[in-house]
Amino acid sequence: MSEDIAYHEYDVLVIGAGGAGLRAAIEAAENGLKTAVLGKSLLGKAHTVMAEGGVAAALGNVDPQDGWETHFYDTCRSAHFINDYRMAEIHAKEAPDRVLELEYWGAVFDRTPEGKIMQRPFGAHSFRRLAHVGDRTGKEIIRTLEQKIMTLNVDVYQEITATKLFKDQERIAGCIAYYREDGRFAVFTAKAVVIATGGWGKAYKVTSNSWESTGDGAALAFRAGAELADMEMVQFHPTGMTWPPGARGILVTEGVRGEGGFLCNSEGERFMEKYDPVRKDLSSRDVVARGIYKEVKAGRGTPHGGAWLDITHKGAAFIKHKLPGMYEQLLSLADVDITKSRFEVAPTIHYTMGGLRVDPYTGATSVPGLFAAGECAAGLHGANRLGGNSLSDILVFGRRAGAGAMEYAKDTKMPKIDDTEVQAEVERVLAPLSRTEGENPYKLHEDLQEIMAAHAGIERNGQSLEEGLGRIQELRERTEHQMAKGSRQFNPGWHGVFDVQNMVLLGEAIIRGAIERKESRGAQWRTDFPDELENQGKVNYVQRLTDHGIELHPEPVPEMPEELARLFKLGMAPGLANSARKE
Amino acid sequence: MPDEITLSVYRGDKSGGQEVEYKVPIQTGMVVLDALHFIQAHDAPDLAVRWNCKAAHCGSCSAEINGSPKLLCKTRVDDYVGEVIHIRPMHSFPVIKDLVTDVSWNYEKLRQVPAFQPAIKAPFTLQQRDVDRIQEFRNCIECFLCQNICHVLRDHDAKDRYWGPRLMIRIAELEMHPLDTGDRLDLLKGAAGVGMCNITKCCTVVCPQGIDITDNGIIPLKERVADVYWDPLGGLVRKLHK
Ligand SMILES: Cc1cc2nc3c(=O)[nH]c(=O)nc-3n(C[C@H](O)[C@H](O)[C@H](O)COP(=O)(O)OP(=O)(O)OC[C@H]3O[C@@H](n4cnc5c(N)ncnc54)[C@H](O)[C@@H]3O)c2cc1C
Ligand code: SF4
Ligand code: SF4
Ligand code: FES
Repeated sequence: MSEDIAYHEYDVLVIGAGGAGLRAAIEAAENGLKTAVLGKSLLGKAHTVMAEGGVAAALGNVDPQDGWETHFYDTCRSAHFINDYRMAEIHAKEAPDRVLELEYWGAVFDRTPEGKIMQRPFGAHSFRRLAHVGDRTGKEIIRTLEQKIMTLNVDVYQEITATKLFKDQERIAGCIAYYREDGRFAVFTAKAVVIATGGWGKAYKVTSNSWESTGDGAALAFRAGAELADMEMVQFHPTGMTWPPGARGILVTEGVRGEGGFLCNSEGERFMEKYDPVRKDLSSRDVVARGIYKEVKAGRGTPHGGAWLDITHKGAAFIKHKLPGMYEQLLSLADVDITKSRFEVAPTIHYTMGGLRVDPYTGATSVPGLFAAGECAAGLHGANRLGGNSLSDILVFGRRAGAGAMEYAKDTKMPKIDDTEVQAEVERVLAPLSRTEGENPYKLHEDLQEIMAAHAGIERNGQSLEEGLGRIQELRERTEHQMAKGSRQFNPGWHGVFDVQNMVLLGEAIIRGAIERKESRGAQWRTDFPDELENQGKVNYVQRLTDHGIELHPEPVPEMPEELARLFKLGMAPGLANSARKE
Repeated sequence: MPDEITLSVYRGDKSGGQEVEYKVPIQTGMVVLDALHFIQAHDAPDLAVRWNCKAAHCGSCSAEINGSPKLLCKTRVDDYVGEVIHIRPMHSFPVIKDLVTDVSWNYEKLRQVPAFQPAIKAPFTLQQRDVDRIQEFRNCIECFLCQNICHVLRDHDAKDRYWGPRLMIRIAELEMHPLDTGDRLDLLKGAAGVGMCNITKCCTVVCPQGIDITDNGIIPLKERVADVYWDPLGGLVRKLHK
């Protein structure tokens, strides 16, 4: 049976319709390039919509001492210095413009008494820095980008899933995707491709992430020859819901602590004072998540295995105004009125710091013509991401990857996609539907989540990681023989086949990175190597997929030039040092 | 509480379909979407349902539960103990498969709304009290439950004459932005058809975000349209002072 495939050609093809993808597409389209965006969901519903607390940008609206230097300083310190300093510098310098641009496009942020954009405190930010709209900042951002895209000449393909990237010799040539609605195929030939497909939190069971976060783009690019870095760095957010079971892992924004909430163990002790006497409840996420984990292990956990979070002292009116979504979420899902009682929280998988290795200026990967931005890319966050730094990341580097793709596309001819490769991929994708026996994707997904929790969770050690590696390799073998019942029409069982394949590949990369990094740093906590080691701080672990499987090698972390390195020698945050000098 | 609940879920596509019953073990605090996920994992892997956030942020999981338009991820199973839970797709949009409907019409109309046209460059100086109202509207999650329930669209299928409540509050958020210079009143009176709304408030009742669509959005828009068309000079003055 010959397939009825649709063929399209673009200058710039963006895979991913979250904040990073939409911002990239805007950049290319505003400059007149023929641009398309693909997303697995409807427009405006990508994972970005869930972001709550805010977007970090040193606008200095409430704390005038703030500036790019301090934002840069906070980011690198939280990253435990294995991030790309150049990305951190660009990010800190450009984030304010990206936020103001959103305001110009129609975003309506909360205001200060002077009528400026309001900024709230967040974990490990030296100043009040997060521009926000209550606790629904992600929605405001994605809606604004959606509304902007609608004014431009961008073709938006909704509910479509890319399964493979194609190359023309060494350079990128485009992708194939299926429509979720009816399983039809479309082939997109493009001069440049931007991957903006988000993270892979769904490899874990207890997670704040949406179903979309299966790491497709990172896996597709990895198979096409692009490099992954820092894969071992997976962020646990300290405060996910613990109860009811169906809600386990759903996020409770850091904004609750930002607005004054505090953590206690079952004995009523404010335990964060012990783990970080200075920043306490607003310490960085790796420290707070480990703090809760240690309390539970020591037998001081709450009934459902977490810690208490209490913001009742702020009063009902304040809470309902500042955290309306949280008030509503806990009330409707867990029957808890957070204005009246404390509630339970426990760490949940939240963000993947690792990902595609990119050039800091353009988002270029190691494959010519292939760019990446947002959560699927590595480099900015190192060993631990600061809250609020992802929404700014997707805006700053989404724009830059769009511009990088545009420049590349301008000087190149339309590539060609080999038809035999297309046919082979169509066959591969359809095969699970015609198998009469095979593995169940739902079951494999559960097995993967079990392996990741058991071997590559918050607490790791070499022996367990090695075991995990063996188990995930067996699992990878099983993912080749999956079966899907039913038709090609909107069939989640069939869609799950490819999600699982992607997550298992990246899961293996997480475990391999974690085995190699024989130290504890940021999100990576190894009980057999409990200390942060100087020599390990000088490398990133980079992985490449070859005919023999995954190969891993250390790459030196780029060394900071003196004009940036001096910012860390002041004995305090640069903004504080400046004002101290003035006084 | 019983340990099992019966869900009767619409299964079908363009060509028709019917409800099929599934039994699901009850877990404390379970939402209807959890129950559907259980069915997918155990009985019907190809059961089609949209979802994303599972936290009432994205507006993907709209459906009709025992006849009421609701979000599947926000509706608790224990609200229906002792009953069969009937789950059907939104009535006002064509079914694609099972609980998934074709909502593309809404996006077509959203595209036709003239965008925000600010009078000045950012940064803006805006007081919180001046943006409270538009922030209420921008809290919309585009679940289209209001579009689904509005009788003008649902019973009279007048999509060619009225764009529906979601589009009204989109227009309202722009019209009420203190720095917007656009003019959408002709559109409102004409193609968007604000006059078709007869203020039954059903949209406001179903809105999962609690947006006061009718009182805060549609009625003020109707007044603006009436002002301009009955009193052109007054309307002009008002626009200049906006
Ligand atoms: C609950 C929650 C709260 C958060 N709060 C904050 C916060 O307050 N501040 C902050 O800075 N960060 C926050 N984050 C993190 C932040 O929201 C994300 O990291 C960020 O939105 C990622 O954006 P992105 O554009 O990279 O990817 P995403 O938003 O994940 O978008 C990925 C896009 O790629 C598409 N896609 C994926 N695979 C394919 C495929 N195969 N084919 C086609 N398309 C595909 C998806 O459909 C989607 O459109 C939060 C995260 C969560 C989960
Ligand atoms: S109030 Fe108007 S928009 Fe809302 S449901 Fe009634 S007729 Fe429709
Ligand atoms: S106004 Fe309310 S009901 Fe209508 S689409 Fe928005 S959130 Fe949904
Ligand atoms: S899944 Fe997002 S609103 Fe229900």
